[in-house]
Amino acid sequence: MLALENYLVLSAILFSIGTIGVLTRRNAIVIFMCVEMMLNAVNLTLVAFSRYLGNIDGQVFVFFIMTVAAAEAAVGLALMIAFYKNRESIDVEDINMMKL
Amino acid sequence: MESIFFFVVAAVAVICSLLVITCKNPINSALSLVMTFFCLATFYVMLDAPFMAVTQVIVYAGAIMVLIIFVIMLLNVKAETVKPNTHAVLAGSAIGIFSMFLTVWFLLKGSLTGATGSMSPQSIAKTGHIEIIGKALFTDFLLPFEVTSILLLVAIIGAVILAKKRI
Repeated sequence: MLALENYLVLSAILFSIGTIGVLTRRNAIVIFMCVEMMLNAVNLTLVAFSRYLGNIDGQVFVFFIMTVAAAEAAVGLALMIAFYKNRESIDVEDINMMKL
Repeated sequence: MESIFFFVVAAVAVICSLLVITCKNPINSALSLVMTFFCLATFYVMLDAPFMAVTQVIVYAGAIMVLIIFVIMLLNVKAETVKPNTHAVLAGSAIGIFSMFLTVWFLLKGSLTGATGSMSPQSIAKTGHIEIIGKALFTDFLLPFEVTSILLLVAIIGAVILAKKRI
């Protein structure tokens, strides 16, 4: 069986790529996809630990994370549609209506 | 054999996730992300968690990505033409790579306690993965499971209210 470190390092790499995407991209939908990727990296960590420690709790957490991601997708995409109706754009530079 | 398979799939996952953040066209990013999700589902199968793999494919690669691609096409999002701010890209990449090295450093420095629970590949093969998860979900995690249904209801109502013109 593979060492646990392999999965954890891969998960760290995916999480960092997601972080770079969130910090550097300007399209709100791409940022949203990068957030999903970060959530998935954490899921991989939880499943790997659950398997190697012989405890099912980690996989139940993954189950809840998936539910929260689905709820987040519904609300986040509805927000983007509402924003696009106002500004005709989903560039994060244009989201400044709450600025003083 | 297993390690060769792992490294091939891991390479595909990393390349596809790099494509997600580098592609100019959001549709290409979304399709690369679907490929990343499939690679993660493969890892779940390797980790003796077939139910999580199936849920990953159905919920992430199926439902969530269809929703995202639907919104991209609905809003007719064009590929980015404006050149991104180079300083911002450099700073963001530096922060991301720094956090990665920090995580890997902590990872290699730390060690597990060695305590293991009752779940093993033999018990998963004997009882079935779905049965183990179902038991945990309906006994130890019953309250969070019920609260999750309320969360989904709130999310549905919120999405309808946000996207609708007049209620």
